[in-house]
Amino acid sequence: MRSIGPGIVSEQKAQKQISTLRRFLQYFRPFRVEIPIALMLVSIGAATQAVGPFLLGWSIDHVIAKGDVRGLLLLLSLLAILYLSGIWAIRGQILRVGSIMQRLLAQIRQDIFVKIQSLPLSFFDRSEAGDLMSRLLNDVNTVNQAFGQTVAQMLGNLLSLVGIVIAMLAINLQLGLLSNLVVPLMIFTTGLFSSWARTRFRVTRQTIGELSAKLEEDISSVREAQAFNRVQLNIEEFDLLNAANRDANVQAVAITSAFLPSIDFLNTLATAGVLAYGGYLAVTGAATVGVVTSFLLYVQQFFRPIQILSQFYTQAQSAFAGLERIFLLLDEPSELKDAANAVEMPPIQGEVLFEAVTFGYTPDQQVLKGVNLVAHPGQMIALVGPTGAGKSTIINLILRFYDVSGGAVKIDGVDVRGVTQASLRRQIGIVLQDNILFSGTVAENIAFGMPRATQAEIEAAAQMANVHEFITSLPQGYATQLGERGAPLSQGQRQLISIARAVLINPRILILDEATSSIDTRTEALVQTAIARLLKNRTSFVIAHRLSTVTQADQVLVIQQGAIAEHGTHAELIEQGGVYANLYALQMTATHSVPV
Amino acid sequence: MSQHSDHPDSSPMQSLLRVLKSLVVYRWLLIGSLVSLLCLTAANAVTPQLFRWGIDEGITKKDLQIVLYSAGVLVLAAISRGLFNFGQSFWAEAASQGVAYDLRNRIFSKIQNLSFSYHDQAQTSQLLTRVTNDIEQIRTFLGTSLVQVISSVVTLVSIAVVILLMNWRLALITLTVVPMTGWLLAQFFTKNSRLFGQVQEQLGNLNAVLQENLIGIRVVKAFVREDAEAERYTALNNALVETSMKTIRAIRNTFPFIFLLSNLVTLAVFGYGGAEVIGGQFSIGELVAFNAYLLLILQPLLLIGFAAPAIAQAASSAQRVYEVVDATIDIRDRPNAIPFSGCVGRITFEHVSFRYPGATTEALKEVSFETKPKELIAVLGMTASGKSTIMNLLPRFYDVTAGSVRIDGRDVRDFSLKSLRSHIGIVFQETTLFSGTLRENIAYANTNASLEQVMEVAKAAQMHDFIMGLPDGYETIVGERGVGLSGGQKQRVAIARTLLTNYSILILDDSTSAVDAQTAVQIQAALDDLMRQKACTTFVVAQRISTVQNADRILLMDKGRLVGQGTHTELMSTSPLYGAILESQVKQAPALTPSR
Repeated sequence: MRSIGPGIVSEQKAQKQISTLRRFLQYFRPFRVEIPIALMLVSIGAATQAVGPFLLGWSIDHVIAKGDVRGLLLLLSLLAILYLSGIWAIRGQILRVGSIMQRLLAQIRQDIFVKIQSLPLSFFDRSEAGDLMSRLLNDVNTVNQAFGQTVAQMLGNLLSLVGIVIAMLAINLQLGLLSNLVVPLMIFTTGLFSSWARTRFRVTRQTIGELSAKLEEDISSVREAQAFNRVQLNIEEFDLLNAANRDANVQAVAITSAFLPSIDFLNTLATAGVLAYGGYLAVTGAATVGVVTSFLLYVQQFFRPIQILSQFYTQAQSAFAGLERIFLLLDEPSELKDAANAVEMPPIQGEVLFEAVTFGYTPDQQVLKGVNLVAHPGQMIALVGPTGAGKSTIINLILRFYDVSGGAVKIDGVDVRGVTQASLRRQIGIVLQDNILFSGTVAENIAFGMPRATQAEIEAAAQMANVHEFITSLPQGYATQLGERGAPLSQGQRQLISIARAVLINPRILILDEATSSIDTRTEALVQTAIARLLKNRTSFVIAHRLSTVTQADQVLVIQQGAIAEHGTHAELIEQGGVYANLYALQMTATHSVPV
Repeated sequence: MSQHSDHPDSSPMQSLLRVLKSLVVYRWLLIGSLVSLLCLTAANAVTPQLFRWGIDEGITKKDLQIVLYSAGVLVLAAISRGLFNFGQSFWAEAASQGVAYDLRNRIFSKIQNLSFSYHDQAQTSQLLTRVTNDIEQIRTFLGTSLVQVISSVVTLVSIAVVILLMNWRLALITLTVVPMTGWLLAQFFTKNSRLFGQVQEQLGNLNAVLQENLIGIRVVKAFVREDAEAERYTALNNALVETSMKTIRAIRNTFPFIFLLSNLVTLAVFGYGGAEVIGGQFSIGELVAFNAYLLLILQPLLLIGFAAPAIAQAASSAQRVYEVVDATIDIRDRPNAIPFSGCVGRITFEHVSFRYPGATTEALKEVSFETKPKELIAVLGMTASGKSTIMNLLPRFYDVTAGSVRIDGRDVRDFSLKSLRSHIGIVFQETTLFSGTLRENIAYANTNASLEQVMEVAKAAQMHDFIMGLPDGYETIVGERGVGLSGGQKQRVAIARTLLTNYSILILDDSTSAVDAQTAVQIQAALDDLMRQKACTTFVVAQRISTVQNADRILLMDKGRLVGQGTHTELMSTSPLYGAILESQVKQAPALTPSR
């Protein structure tokens, strides 16, 4: 990085910010008509606020000084009307700007979601994707906060600042120039403080991160801490991190606490300048008391807009960083959905054929190296082998989550690349290891693949999956609301529901990734019989972790390093005396090593 | 989580008072802040008087010297305002950081010391929220809201007094703005606080769907749910826009009116004051000063309005924090607890019954047995038969509900917890790796152990060769941000960790379940030696019969009862349950997933 030089880096950064801004501005296009109206309202609102002090100052010289009570009342009534109409503009401005921003933000959120759905699965397997995703929710929130409710206020303040500056220059150029000197000073000070604060807050973010990590670790392992007498040591270690965080915060707070007083100081300084110079002009007759009064009123109004604008500035900065990442995501290439001439997959009989299939997630790394297999309708195929051998990849290709690099995957003789994804996947059921459920009712979760299923169909599927009894034992039954990822159901219960989910779509081909984690004995038995029922009469591919599963399979494929190392029934493979037989023997010594 | 507490039913406001009392430690910072606050208020109150003086005595009387004096004093006022403003907010923030630091330490050490029964019912994430978010809420209240409210009240009162003294009729007109604005703000917050919460909630729901679709992308695609999920997301997205618009309408219906009110009062002041100026009872300077005071009145009202919800939040946060701080530690030393200094090996369970807090059934029912010195005891049983519960009673993770557990004739409840636990070495069923090096992980309970000692136990746990094979050896970082270890490797780290403690009783709770068969046999051999040398009694809880075959005695548990004991051969001939377990293991054993 050093060879590039700091100048170029910051130039790149600036360019990136400009392109982010341009991209963001494109989102305003649909509001081409509304934006001018909103801006007009903002200007009117700001103008009514700016005109007040001018007229009040003027009244001192031209009405009060002349003792014209009626004139005074007339002027004030005029101003009252102005303020009342101003409020109409301000209210309209809040609503218009708010509505534009809300719809715009909704559009960004919608685009994100649509993009995520259209991304190829390979994106999610990439390492940097995790980072992007983990920040996504946070980014959405930050953007929402910065551009949600405060924009109208910010715009109003920005324009009233402009209005005030113009009004001051118009009333008295010299005095106006003098007092407006303070505005660039304030902006400069704001920039200075925000860059100081940034470095200090970087430290606090780090210390709070360390503190949270320690907390999470020590709370979740409190049993170990007590069993190993680590409590005191943990408390001491926590104290150190806690103190470091406090000290970093106090340092950061020293900056933020000095910021507003500094702005206020500059503001009062300007006021003093107006009083001194304006007073001098008034005494020498170059200005009137009213002019000085107007200026005093105006100068006092600098403070709030600057304060609000500086707040917005910090918020907008982090929002732009978030937008940059969001746009990065939106720029990811989408998945090629269906071939142009793709046809509907006819009803599947259940024959699956792999013809010399090669595949790599990246071009230079082959995961499958020429896999051939035939699964006849109704057969159960067990896939066995170490992690990373290619078992999941075979399954990904059947579902056409990826396309083969060479060879072909055919179902009932039809190449899966020639049919629409939806028609293919609708006829394939999956039960994965981690049993991901979704927030919603139990019934909605079972009907996940078939949202129009009737209650009777849902219950029938639940019965097949051995979970009907459990569901009806819940106080709300099928209407029980599940939280994120199926909370608060246990692992076993979630597995049963995901089996029911697969049962309901009555697939001809079933994919099962057996769970390795242990669940309680009773549920385990329910899961086993439910799965046995599910597999019956269907072509199934099972990533097997259990001996009982493998012994029942019609074909066992031992996958090693992207190729089928051994192939046959359990008995045949034992006979063969190869890799599989070895694994089996090892397992048997473990359980049978006692003389029975 | 509120099951027991020394301060039953303390209300949010009482909790907030306790927070205020904890400020006593930082009284000097607090006094500094309050004194600054008073000085600041005074400086603020003086500023408009300087305007008056400058205008009436200087400009009107054409006395340039007084004009310059007044401007000069204004600069002094500006400086002191800046300093006092800084002092007020910095010292308050510093005190709040101190209180947050103290509270975090208190709650952390409490969490570390709370008994297993508490942690069984508490969720890590909830405790985490209390230490982080809730304390942060309290801190914000102390650092910002509290000072804001105090200074707002002081400002309001002092300004009111000043203007009443200046011109009580005009002051009364001016002060009408206070109740009216107060009423508007109160209406706004009481009516809309739920609305603002709702926006956050809906954004949360929306993000939850986004996250579910990220995590469950495979399921969504496999079940062809893209469109349905997009619909669900769109509906929530639109609902969020609608609720956000409601908040915008609420803002539109409140704040423009507050500004209008202040503008109209300004006009009224000008009208009435202007008339008095014309009548000669009032000066122009006084009129300008009055106007400046008006600005000073509005700001505090807004601040109080915005501080109110923050105070309510802080109060409920304080309640949640103190709930944990006040929670009772169930298991603690008796008044005359004696240190445990080693044992002969006679461990007695006498009619022990135990029920987990909150459970309806007993986990142990009338369990009685006694060990002989140097005995190796295996505990066997199905899931939830109570075998791990027996082990939890020995180090007093829980206390018996009835009966007693004795070591060499002494009730375990007579020993000091620390000494008892430091002499009991446990290998838990599940292993937590801490973020840090492998060496640190092994030396978890004995941070002073030398590298030689660490290597020695790693060798016994069959982990040394693996560790030496890593590029960084014992300095390899593991845990959340480090190298991932397999279940079997983790268990071996746990065994090594326990071997490094000063144990005289050893408990191995299913600790080789994830280790492959060959390694398990090797570990067993190494452990056998160690167990016989150093421990006076060893308990092995196991599923695999191979692991327990060379135990001196096997305790067979079923549904909380001790249903049989004896050697493997004895149980084979006497216990049908033993035979059944043996058989079920052969059937259910996890097969063919070679340990990584």
